Amino acid sequence: MTPLIDARGLSKRFAVHRGLKSAHLHAVDAIDLTIGVGESVGLVGESGCGKSTLARLIARLIDTTSGELAFAGSDIGAVPARRFATSPQRAGIQVVFQDPNDSLNPGFTVFQAVADPIRQLGQATGRAEVTDRVMQALDDVGLPREFSARYPHQLSGGQKARVGIARAIAVKPRLLVLDEPTSALDVSVQSVILRLLADLRVRHGMSYLFVSHDLNVVRLITDRIAVMYLGKIVEIGPSADVFAHPRHPYTRALIAAIPDPARRGARPPRLEGSASSPIDPDPSVCRFAGRCPAETFICRQSMPLLKAAGRDHEVACHHAEAAEDMP
Amino acid sequence: MRTELMSAASVPTEHPAAGHARVPLLDVAGLTLDFETRSGRVKALDDVGFTLQKGEILGIVGESGSGKSVLSYAIMGLLNEAARLTAERLTFNGLDLAAGTTDLAALRGRELSMIFQSPRTALNPIRRVGEQIADVLVRHGPMPRAQARDEAVAALARVRIPDPKARARAYPFELSGGMCQRVMIAMALACRPALLIADEPTTGLDVTTQAVVMDLIRDIVDDTHMAAILITHDLALAGEYADRLMVMHAGHVVETAPTEALLADPRHPYTRRLFAATPTADTTLDTLSTVPGRLPDLRRVLLPCRFAGRCDRHQPECDAGPVPVVPVGIDHCVRCRVPT
Repeated sequence: MTPLIDARGLSKRFAVHRGLKSAHLHAVDAIDLTIGVGESVGLVGESGCGKSTLARLIARLIDTTSGELAFAGSDIGAVPARRFATSPQRAGIQVVFQDPNDSLNPGFTVFQAVADPIRQLGQATGRAEVTDRVMQALDDVGLPREFSARYPHQLSGGQKARVGIARAIAVKPRLLVLDEPTSALDVSVQSVILRLLADLRVRHGMSYLFVSHDLNVVRLITDRIAVMYLGKIVEIGPSADVFAHPRHPYTRALIAAIPDPARRGARPPRLEGSASSPIDPDPSVCRFAGRCPAETFICRQSMPLLKAAGRDHEVACHHAEAAEDMP
Repeated sequence: MRTELMSAASVPTEHPAAGHARVPLLDVAGLTLDFETRSGRVKALDDVGFTLQKGEILGIVGESGSGKSVLSYAIMGLLNEAARLTAERLTFNGLDLAAGTTDLAALRGRELSMIFQSPRTALNPIRRVGEQIADVLVRHGPMPRAQARDEAVAALARVRIPDPKARARAYPFELSGGMCQRVMIAMALACRPALLIADEPTTGLDVTTQAVVMDLIRDIVDDTHMAAILITHDLALAGEYADRLMVMHAGHVVETAPTEALLADPRHPYTRRLFAATPTADTTLDTLSTVPGRLPDLRRVLLPCRFAGRCDRHQPECDAGPVPVVPVGIDHCVRCRVPT
């Protein structure tokens, strides 16, 4: 079956200036990623690893530097982001942003916020038709219809998050890109929103690309997880499998760093320092070298590529086979 | 870790009776805080009481709006003029912090220290970080600037910043988020305070950096017998690092207990709800529950139990007068008439 999203060698480089020489920051470096129809894929990694840039590339908010990006079989990577914004395919991929306080226009009522993309993308023109679509979206996210006249400051955090989701699904997208959708919410509200998202995915048959740094949350709502480090996917596999049997030393360190009361007093080795520079990194050196507890001579001789490490599970590490014995 | 056992009949807000209990470093009882605003009186904190011993980390958890941060501002004396603070007892090292006779400005930064959320906004963007740490030492040391600069480098070394001499000359924008938070901690610890209040110290940091920063705070507490208050909305984080937990809801302390006891057997309905809503390694979306309703409006007339509107165990007797704080185990107390 054709995947909904098929990215091949997707790259995004930003030009930076170092003195007189120009250099490139490799934010996303030759990534292959597919998202199936109805599938939910999680994207995790430290800040600066390129996960948000990759999400923005796939959402077609920014242009790719190189590589191919197909959406439902048609090449959308070549369309400039500026033109994509008004193309009919724009409705197919929608984004839910991180902080509902920042991403809602304070001067728009809930109705205006949700109606805007419907009108902009020309999905409905008549007043009655637009109203119908807005109310349907509000029903979908469980927001009472009378809230449509309210402004963002009259809403709680959870309600604002619902508006952000309603606005994204109002145009009936096939892929929802969720950039840390619950990180600004209290746990009391977070679980409601996660349930809502899980429910919407089933009801509307949408695919999700879920970006988050909270691994316990990502695990709940995704089928597969991709772990990124310095612009590269270093491990990808079924969510439960990646959690239960992480093979890459970086994935292991990430999972070991999740706070857990059961580990009280125990001191697992921590990942110290920060990632090396993303500016023109050496293509023959593993990106994780220098921080990796399992590093050997070969890690600075050749960059490891993604290799199968179990069912649907791929790891980019020279020492993935020995991973079970690693700290 | 506390070694003495409080008798089950004693309430932690009670002053330790002569005998087995040590005199606490921080002793708070009957603390009530209102804010006069144009839209009415906000009853931000009501009858808050707890004690903190040297070498202990107290984790304060609760939703946003539960009063966690404002409690730390009350302790630090950082409230504005709209605040009406009363307390039966608010003592630090035997000094009465509420009396107005204690020079809080002299204590802050020296004895009482605080680290804030978002280190990047808390640091001055146009001064070198070493100078900012030296400022604290010049003010409170007191010591000459040259000596303070050397001390600042030593303070950076204590929080395990590599090459502290070079980093002291860096501006905040030249450092990563985790590094900035270490600078904040170095600054807070420069005068070797007796109490450190950390308000969401790792919000905005990566999990890997969070682990390093929290390990560091734990090590400093263990090595120097400093006491710390860790304010966080992350129950798992507080559960891993705090010795005791205090759960707040709408300005009330609803439950306090040693961490293991609280995690093993939460007794307040709100604590149970909060635990069930926190994703852990074995949660599934089906087992993850929610906390129904929302915090009451603290400007309105409030029921004696501020959780009453959200509670599934609510009984008519819950509305009959102030809810007492009752012991339910060793050093474990809840503010509830019908604990689970």
